[in-house]
Amino acid sequence: MTVQAAAERRGIDWSKRRSLLIEAGIVLAIALFLILIVPALLSGFRLNLMGRFLALAIVALGIDLIWGFTGLLSLGHGIFFTLGGYALAMHLKLQIPPTASSQLPEFMSLYGVTELPWFWKPFYSFPFSALAVMLIPALLAALLGYVIFRNRIRGVYFSILTQAATIIFFNFFNGQQKLFNGTNGLTDFRTIFGVPVNNASTQFAFYVTTIVFLVLAYALCRWLTSGRFGRLLVAIRDDEPRLRFSGYNPTGFKVLVFAVSGALAGISGALFTLQTGIISPNSMNIAFSIEMVIWVAVGGRATLVGAILGTLIVNFAKSLLSEKFPDIWLFFQGGLFLLVVLFLPDGIVGWLRTQGVDLVRKLTGRNRVATYPSLEEDPEVDYERKNLGD
Amino acid sequence: MLPSILDGVFNGLSIGSILLIAALGLAIVFGLMGVINMAHGELMMLGAYTTFVVQNGFRRMGEPWLQFYIFFAVIMAFIVAALVGLILERGVIRYLYGRPLETLLATWGVSLMLQQFVRSVNWVLVVGLMVFCLLYFGGLWLVRRRPDFERIRGWAIAILLALSAGIAWAVGSVLAQTYGLAMTKPWFGAQNVDVTAPRWLLGGLPIGNYQLPYTRMFIMVLTVLCVLGIYWFLQRTAWGLRIRSVTQNRNMSACLGIPTRKVDALTFALGSGLAGIAGCAVSLLGSVGPNTGQNYIVNTFMVVVVGGVGKLVGTIVGALTIGILDYVIGTGILALLFAPIQPLTDFFTFFATTSMSKVLVFFLIVVFLQFRPAGLFPQKGRTVDA
Repeated sequence: MTVQAAAERRGIDWSKRRSLLIEAGIVLAIALFLILIVPALLSGFRLNLMGRFLALAIVALGIDLIWGFTGLLSLGHGIFFTLGGYALAMHLKLQIPPTASSQLPEFMSLYGVTELPWFWKPFYSFPFSALAVMLIPALLAALLGYVIFRNRIRGVYFSILTQAATIIFFNFFNGQQKLFNGTNGLTDFRTIFGVPVNNASTQFAFYVTTIVFLVLAYALCRWLTSGRFGRLLVAIRDDEPRLRFSGYNPTGFKVLVFAVSGALAGISGALFTLQTGIISPNSMNIAFSIEMVIWVAVGGRATLVGAILGTLIVNFAKSLLSEKFPDIWLFFQGGLFLLVVLFLPDGIVGWLRTQGVDLVRKLTGRNRVATYPSLEEDPEVDYERKNLGD
Repeated sequence: MLPSILDGVFNGLSIGSILLIAALGLAIVFGLMGVINMAHGELMMLGAYTTFVVQNGFRRMGEPWLQFYIFFAVIMAFIVAALVGLILERGVIRYLYGRPLETLLATWGVSLMLQQFVRSVNWVLVVGLMVFCLLYFGGLWLVRRRPDFERIRGWAIAILLALSAGIAWAVGSVLAQTYGLAMTKPWFGAQNVDVTAPRWLLGGLPIGNYQLPYTRMFIMVLTVLCVLGIYWFLQRTAWGLRIRSVTQNRNMSACLGIPTRKVDALTFALGSGLAGIAGCAVSLLGSVGPNTGQNYIVNTFMVVVVGGVGKLVGTIVGALTIGILDYVIGTGILALLFAPIQPLTDFFTFFATTSMSKVLVFFLIVVFLQFRPAGLFPQKGRTVDA
């Protein structure tokens, strides 16, 4: 009995492990395809765009985690994205050659600052900056999440509070010329690790780094959403009071998942900054944060692949359309919001999984009548079908 | 000293009153349907542009009329915004009840489209839209009378959509080709437009050596009238009673024969109309552009968060408090007040810009929510979520 149970357990483990291995293989193959083959297919400009959009896909994963799985619509991920970008940009701004006349970032001397502000100093060290890229947004998200979730403020209230926080940070960074160069943001980066930033080979290294981080982020989200923790998140989304009555305190989980998704946004912002060469308060405006949400909605909520796919599709569409017809883009974007919400609530991936499969079946003529899965697997029913049917 | 305090309170009150008119509509709709309308700011913007159009119309009619355009403009702003709101409710929001977060996204999409619409609206666009609506809805009306409508519904809609869009586009491009600039010139364009207040609103009421500007007094009077009107409507009319009952318990009201869908549409139109009036008031304070709505929207949302949705008085107190706080901190009057105490002065001087004052106000709101998570006057009831 015990042997059988153990074997059974091992058997379940095996099938699970095999599907996991297959998934890991697919992810790896796509990553290798992106690293080895795509650069040969795309021009330098498009490749740079691709890198940026893959960086944005990381923040989309974060939003999928908090919105798709946990059901909390955050309109404030622009904050975490921008903070991550600033943390790395500050490090880059401090790469001043020792021969330069002033040892300050050039905008500071412009505004008459003579001494480096104290909080800039730790950013001389790269490890600190790299940590700050993740930790500052995560801590801020945890703090914000704690004061909101503690009081069971949720739903629309959470959304508009995060939206207000976005505009607050936007105003704050815009107003601080002496500390962060205000509206202009941080730009004009020269070197990283002593290598010029704008080199083609450095940019390619950034591209590869982005893909590596995207794969890691995907793995993290996959791990978080697959086990017990993932089921808890879905439970928070679907019926929070019931979860509370079953003896869980959702506050801690919500704070944690908000912090993780903030950290992902920070990483995304840092990688994006490396490839655009600028970070400014503009990426904290409300429109950008809501745009992030629509990427996830287009791809499909609660499907991690959908978040990545949606980001790439929407952003490439945006870059194509706004090149050709700049006026129409806002109409198109607004229409996209409406269409997705009204007609494609599960996004592209969700649609493929449900109606798409049926459609393919219909087209190929293999129309199977849907029954209850338990009936399909029931040995008795199976026996009857085989032996008693016509 | 005294004039500056007076100035702070007075200007704060007038900004608070605009917030109040806008937030009233938002709070009623939110209380009734649980829906936050992200396009509320754009409805304000439409109200402001309506005022601009009405003013230009009256300018053609000559002098004595021009002095009174503002009264007509208030009414027109209400009607235009209410109609757009009604279309929004019938066309989009009613399909999304019970999904408040999706409504948020959909209305955001609408707000983007309205912004771009105001930027690029010209005769070609308007004629094209009218042709499209005429063909599409006319065609649908004809098809609907066929007995097998349900069966061909999907195809009929797809064909009608493609046909009417194609014809509308063709008509538009033919118009643009034949008439040229007269048709393709944008009505407003991307830059801001200015509304000048009528001459009798330009001066101010002198109090000592301080002048109370008449425009701001006009806005306050308008606000008081709006609040009284809404109060009367909600408390003393049959439809107001229905709105209140649906707000309290939607299912029970439906059981008792109240047409809840009609109540929703009516309330949404009413809330949108109030946004239009708020936009009319905004246009008196400065120039208006396609982004005007965005400047007010977040503060309006905060009023709803602070005030709670149960009672009108919550919205009133919330709007006036936020308006006054924002202005008083932003203009640095508090720094002057605390002049003797150096650290406090430094503190308030740091926040004494329009953008930094919002930072402090938001911080205060979050602190406030720690004590009253459901706002000043929450709805009482036995729900799990309270």
